[in-house]
Amino acid sequence: MNLFVEGFAWILDPANWSGPGSIPERLGQHLAVSATVLLIAMVIALPVGALIGHTGRGREAAVMVSGGLRALPTLGVLTLFGLWIGIGLTAPILALVILAIPPLLAGAYAGFESVDRRTVDAARAMGMRELQIVGGVELPLGLPILVGGIRSASVQIIATATLAAYLADEGLGRYIFQGLKTRDYAEMLGGSILVIALALVVDGCFALVQRIVVPAGVRATRTRELRSRPARSRAATG
Amino acid sequence: MIEFRGVSKQYPDGTVAVEGVDIVIEPHTTTVLVGSSGSGKTTLLRMINRMVDPTGGQVLIDGTDVATVDPVRLRRGIGYVMQNSGLLPHRTVVDNVATVPVLTGVSRKQARARALELLDTVGLERSLADKYPSQLSGGQQQRVGVARGLAVDPNILLMDEPFGAVDPIVRSELQQELLRLQGELGKTVVFVTHDIDEAFLLGDQIVIMQQGGRISQAASPAEILAAPADAFVADFVGAERGKRSLHLTEVDGRTVVVDGDGRPAGVLAP
Repeated sequence: MNLFVEGFAWILDPANWSGPGSIPERLGQHLAVSATVLLIAMVIALPVGALIGHTGRGREAAVMVSGGLRALPTLGVLTLFGLWIGIGLTAPILALVILAIPPLLAGAYAGFESVDRRTVDAARAMGMRELQIVGGVELPLGLPILVGGIRSASVQIIATATLAAYLADEGLGRYIFQGLKTRDYAEMLGGSILVIALALVVDGCFALVQRIVVPAGVRATRTRELRSRPARSRAATG
Repeated sequence: MIEFRGVSKQYPDGTVAVEGVDIVIEPHTTTVLVGSSGSGKTTLLRMINRMVDPTGGQVLIDGTDVATVDPVRLRRGIGYVMQNSGLLPHRTVVDNVATVPVLTGVSRKQARARALELLDTVGLERSLADKYPSQLSGGQQQRVGVARGLAVDPNILLMDEPFGAVDPIVRSELQQELLRLQGELGKTVVFVTHDIDEAFLLGDQIVIMQQGGRISQAASPAEILAAPADAFVADFVGAERGKRSLHLTEVDGRTVVVDGDGRPAGVLAP
């Protein structure tokens, strides 16, 4: 318990809030690395997931690939990339992208798949082009689940981005590695608490976004469903 | 005019949905495709707007083979009404009706104004315009579906069991509405149902389909009743069960119509 007090005391110490390696600077770096990773992983995973969800093809392959990726230990991948590419941010970013792809892919295809096929069929029969169906029907209706995938990926990235400090002088992980080396457990714990707090705040933000993106017409149904029917089982996105 | 010429559909797994179908559908008439499930009636309907492509034969609209027309352009010119309305749940009623006109480049304002007129046409209050489909009753949703089908003022209206999911009272209301609309608008309507009474009520021409996607008989309701082509048709329309073989008897000086089972069906108008 005493250690926790010391950890919080370390966070609150004004000396840690200015100068090189200060908490705001590390926090900024941590967020920047996480955002970069999330963006790259989204560019790769979301279109592929959307394609799988829209066509209903390639689902098995996607499940296999993301299962494989999930099984990779990030620290091992990071070491491998580090040995290959060298010191710097490139290796951690690559390792984190691999970590982030499975939840994003699952969120995207689960979101697109969740749209009632009869609605899609009607849209097509009316004369909507495939891209119009994707953008105007499947995306807005599947968005809550897709954002759920982004949410789960972002929390994993933020937690694991501490490893960036293993190969670069970047991010909140620096406090953990530094504290471990100098046996400064207050710094180590302080760094960990900051990472946890950041992850929780970002998770909360995405939870809010997830709620906001539910289309109004669907929200109207859902409130009624809640009263009359048991909740539908939702696709897992983690 | 819509014409099916020797149309067949066989799926890659060998299932035959439709076999050797010839139908001529005259403009401004209602043709009802009727049969039990698995008789290929919906498949036939969906060949008209290329939601299904035949594996043999041709489907022609006014002499043009639909296979030569871009499917999206073809569909935008044909109204389509399906069971469970198929409305977009995240768009309001008026936006649902305006969807296709907006896609074809009509301004949003104009499309919405036209959509409001269409709500009048199908007998819906304009106050429903800004509601979402989930806030409407099943019957109201189907009316919106019909309004959407009419939005581009198509010559052809395809209706795939549009009244199959509503209760009998609403269904009969919607049927009467369709008859009224058809009297005003004179579209070429192709209607799919498994309900023979609905077929007799709505159809100028009835096409009775049997398992394996073959036509048993295509004729006017009166001709089908007068001369069923085979035992299947006779059974399907209920002639065998006596439901439609009516005869007259005198009761208290009035002429009562009685069906084959001896149950009174009505009184002969003087």
